[in-house]
Amino acid sequence: MTIEEVQNEIIEEFAMFEDWEERYQYMIDLGKDLPLIEEKYKTDDNIIKGCQSKVWVHANMQDDKINFTADSDAIITKGIIAILIRAFSNQHPKDILEANTDFIDKIGLKEHLSPTRANGLVSMIKQLKLYAIAYQTQLN
Amino acid sequence: MLDVQKIRKDFPILNRTVNGKPLIYFDNAATSQTPQQVIDVIVDYYSNYNANIHRGVHSLSQEATDAYEQARIKIQKHFNAKHSYEIIYTAGTTHSINLVANGFSSLLKKGDEIIVSALEHHSNIVPWQMLCERTGATLRVIPMNENGELILSDYDALLNEHTKLVFVNHISNALGTINPIESIIEKAHAVGAAVLVDGAQSCPHLKPDVQALDVDFYVCSAHKICGPTGVGMLYGKEEWLIKLPPYQGGGEMIAEVSFAKTTYAGLPHKFEAGTPNICGGIAFGAALDYMNGIGFENIAAYENELLAYGTEQLQKIEGLKIYGTAKEKTSVISFNVGTIHPYDIGTILDKMGIAVRTGHHCAQPIMDFYKIPGTIRASFMFYNTKEEIDAFIVALKKAIMMLS
Repeated sequence: MTIEEVQNEIIEEFAMFEDWEERYQYMIDLGKDLPLIEEKYKTDDNIIKGCQSKVWVHANMQDDKINFTADSDAIITKGIIAILIRAFSNQHPKDILEANTDFIDKIGLKEHLSPTRANGLVSMIKQLKLYAIAYQTQLN
Repeated sequence: MLDVQKIRKDFPILNRTVNGKPLIYFDNAATSQTPQQVIDVIVDYYSNYNANIHRGVHSLSQEATDAYEQARIKIQKHFNAKHSYEIIYTAGTTHSINLVANGFSSLLKKGDEIIVSALEHHSNIVPWQMLCERTGATLRVIPMNENGELILSDYDALLNEHTKLVFVNHISNALGTINPIESIIEKAHAVGAAVLVDGAQSCPHLKPDVQALDVDFYVCSAHKICGPTGVGMLYGKEEWLIKLPPYQGGGEMIAEVSFAKTTYAGLPHKFEAGTPNICGGIAFGAALDYMNGIGFENIAAYENELLAYGTEQLQKIEGLKIYGTAKEKTSVISFNVGTIHPYDIGTILDKMGIAVRTGHHCAQPIMDFYKIPGTIRASFMFYNTKEEIDAFIVALKKAIMMLS
């Protein structure tokens, strides 16, 4: 699936929920299924700055596609990063770089998009894209 | 007694909803809300007599100057300072602390010692670290115990003839501990050290008497006392304010200027360079009027009730741990529930219209002491109610259920 297709799939899933409680509950559940980062990568270097909770992200490339793993000490943050990783994992670096992130707004998590929010969603997106830039450079 | 329903009508913001739910504002230790009486003063200033002060000969300037200086006298009376010129207007607590720390740069030398407490806000740690770097003085720390109280016997041991300054907050922002500043001041004076007390958290809850305390410097912000942001005060004993050099150069703070030499203005203008926050200063005075109208004894009695009730209700929740259990504390409750991250709880509470603080509260050394990433902090003011605490407990239980 393309990034856009995955994003549409996520939007459809969230559209089933009627209120914030169900949405958050689902996000928390997604967090529990997050592809976890290996312990050896949970270093201070891999912590994303700008989050009130700790978020670690690692990326590797296989067959020209990037796979992300992550973890956080806060469960809602884990849910947010799980949604992002689902959209961006197993994708070509170029596609990740070009992808937009409007779907976050469409699934009712707009409040997390503000750059001043302590959860650092914006920093997370930036970090995923930085990995994509790094791997794209390797491919060129 | 305090009529909380009548008081709540003074605060327009308490009528709003957040995420579709009535706002429950429990982040008062970060900033307090503003009553209509203070909002009216701000509107009146900009509607009727906005002008630059002290320099103009025209009527508006005169009116603004009078109001600004009358507010200074209100602040003087409130804190029982000996002279109105011992009250310096600043941009707030942090600015006040930096003003003093900067002034002491020229008074300290290598080998001198300054003491801070383990309970400090970053704004009362970093300026002193910078001061130590500039002067070669050494920073010493009064440790705290598990309850969040300062260990005074260790303080005694830190004091000696090299101690030049002691800095301590009156009330801890992260834990709510009320520190025994009377005894801290007395002991510091016995070795000839000056004392600065950070009153950012105490001024909303009690009325300090700077002469009775015999404190050398006392600082606070208006926005924690129902006033606007961006204005605060530094009280300094006259003898100290004379000793400290000016902090910033500019207009207002000078007596005469030539390119050969400038002579500085007297107190308080020596420390008030540039056009100040005129409206803020006037509104600061109005906020003190408002608080005094309710009465600090009434405020303290009511807030103690809220604290006792909130503590009792929270303690019933399984796995909940309160940080800061000092015998003397104010209406701040810092806590965690099991291993749930404070950020998660704060986020869910916000969805239910409840504003609390989560994180390290700019007091990382305290969090390190307890070995936790942060806490959830609920802080109450006199306009909060037991019904709000009940709603908060229900919401908290729901958050715990969702997050467990």
